[in-house]
Amino acid sequence: MLNFTIRRLLLAIPTLLFISLVIFLLLEASPGDPLGDVPLTVPPEVKEKMREALGLGRPWYIRYVLWLKQFFWVEPLYWIDQMLGTYFSEGMQRVISFQSRSPVFDVIVQRVPQTLTVVGMSYIVGVMIAIPIGILSAYKQYSWFDQLGTFVSMVGFSMPTFFTGVVLIIIFGVKLQWFPSVYDTTHQVTDWSSFLVQVRQMIMPVTVLALYNAAQISRFMRASMLDNLGQDYVRTARAKGLGERKVVLKHVLRNSLIPVVTVIALGLPTVFGGAIITEQVFKVNGLGQLLISAIHANDIPMVLTLTFIFAILIVTFTLIADVLYGVLDPRIRYD
Amino acid sequence: MTEIERQQRMNTGELIEETAGAAAATSALPPDDPQIAGGETRSQWRDVWRQFRSHRGAMVALVLFVGVLLFVSVGPWIWTLDPTYVDIRARNTGFTAAHPLGTDQLGRDMLARLMAGGRVSIAVGLTAMLIAIFLGSTIGVLSGYFRRLDAPLMRVTELFLALPLLPLLLLMVTLFREPLSQSFGPAMGIFILIVSAIGATSWMQSARIVRGDVLGLKEREFILAARSIGTPPRRMILRHILPNVLSPIMVAATLGIATAIITESALSFLGLGFPPDFPTWGRLLYDAVDQMVLYPSRVILPGIFISLTVLCVNYIGDGLRDAMDPRIRGR
Repeated sequence: MLNFTIRRLLLAIPTLLFISLVIFLLLEASPGDPLGDVPLTVPPEVKEKMREALGLGRPWYIRYVLWLKQFFWVEPLYWIDQMLGTYFSEGMQRVISFQSRSPVFDVIVQRVPQTLTVVGMSYIVGVMIAIPIGILSAYKQYSWFDQLGTFVSMVGFSMPTFFTGVVLIIIFGVKLQWFPSVYDTTHQVTDWSSFLVQVRQMIMPVTVLALYNAAQISRFMRASMLDNLGQDYVRTARAKGLGERKVVLKHVLRNSLIPVVTVIALGLPTVFGGAIITEQVFKVNGLGQLLISAIHANDIPMVLTLTFIFAILIVTFTLIADVLYGVLDPRIRYD
Repeated sequence: MTEIERQQRMNTGELIEETAGAAAATSALPPDDPQIAGGETRSQWRDVWRQFRSHRGAMVALVLFVGVLLFVSVGPWIWTLDPTYVDIRARNTGFTAAHPLGTDQLGRDMLARLMAGGRVSIAVGLTAMLIAIFLGSTIGVLSGYFRRLDAPLMRVTELFLALPLLPLLLLMVTLFREPLSQSFGPAMGIFILIVSAIGATSWMQSARIVRGDVLGLKEREFILAARSIGTPPRRMILRHILPNVLSPIMVAATLGIATAIITESALSFLGLGFPPDFPTWGRLLYDAVDQMVLYPSRVILPGIFISLTVLCVNYIGDGLRDAMDPRIRGR
């Protein structure tokens, strides 16, 4: 197992390097100009100076290696300095955003909490809804509950999140006025009443994402439960006189959770991607909103770093899912 | 993950499926004397169609989907108003006889716009699906059939699976919108761009499914028989392999339409899709969001069309999967 994990970790490095190169070259091939918004009255030689100041004068491979160095060497050093109070990164250039001229990671760190509270909450809620629904609809296959559950989950992942979000805003934000339609990120939780305000503004975005996730996970849960309910060991457990509750919730559920856990792990990074749209609907200024504004502004370092972070998340969680699968299911042998 | 490991995992997956299928089959054994309906020869597709008809949800979905297709294809001949005709005096009207679904902020007829938008959305969905399925099944068959190509092709597939797709799509669309619009015209350029971007980023699942099936097929006797009479690889693939992996490909294709439609409307919703005077369902929704408080119907109508189409396609895919599965068929 350890061998497998180490081998996979080593394999992840070239994968990530390749992905970063792809993203970099894609940005390089773009006709967009980061200085496109500079007024035409600025003389060309000044523009050339500005371009040089942004580091755009050098050939692409030098800039790529430079970015790699900044991302993998300077940034970690800077964090170590922050934590331990040392001076390793003294005089080194961090990844700088074209837009704000501040380090990219400082901006990202500001945005992460918003994304994590909304997206993380919705994923947890989604899983908590999905698992009981999946269990019940598999146990009572073809009952009205199962039919309804199947229909609702079909609708759930057929409705795009931007549509459910907008419909919820129209119903609960505009007509009923129960919840605010715009997520206020400057809101600080200090006491009970401000906590309630925070809960109220989180309900709608969390519902939208949770519904979408629950729809998919409950399908997996149902299929996996159905696979296991027909197995011989279930008949054995029943034959030796175990209670039905114990058979289903102990024997079957544990075995059916194995593939579902990996699906949940695999789904986590895509949730960050899906959250881009939900963040746009509810005006949450999280990572997704940051990415979109950076794309519009041709802010190459920001786009590159953010997309690469998404790629790291995907690779990491795929690895976690594979390892988890091996840990949870002793039938799977990697070595 | 090396090939053997993946193969092992796939095998266990199949094993579980098969035992489950067998267990289910014994509980409902067919009668001993098989009845052949009407004495006619039973073709595979007729069987599939018979099984498909028994899936009620899929049949309803098929009827609705054909309805939507007729709405967007035949509709413009019946409702002949130009979707881009600006009638500024009739702007923001509600549901009237002249404009059954109202007009937008520029007085353009919503019914006509929904038809035109649906045409583009469904065209994008179908074309992107075709590209994705072509890429996916080619790569899947090649890597399943030729042992030498397997490792590199699967590495590529894994690389693509590790790409953050939505950010990448956003990036591709923003970056290449201008040059393509200039060389192919604004509408066609964006169409090519979006279709190829979606197609190029959604073939991985079908490639994996097809590869798994081809690997299983290669062990079967009829392949051995075909090889022993000296069938060349090209004919082997076209005559023996491809027809047998057609059913997972078709299921993947239907589901691919759904994801492509959703992705296109998501891009349009983020303002990175088609230009404003070129309506798609996602674009209509996006344009209406600013005034959703005053005119909620303009947001809800395109949204319902997107959801309905995708829901239908998903149900059809579900029904197809059941109908194509010979273990379930005939019960």
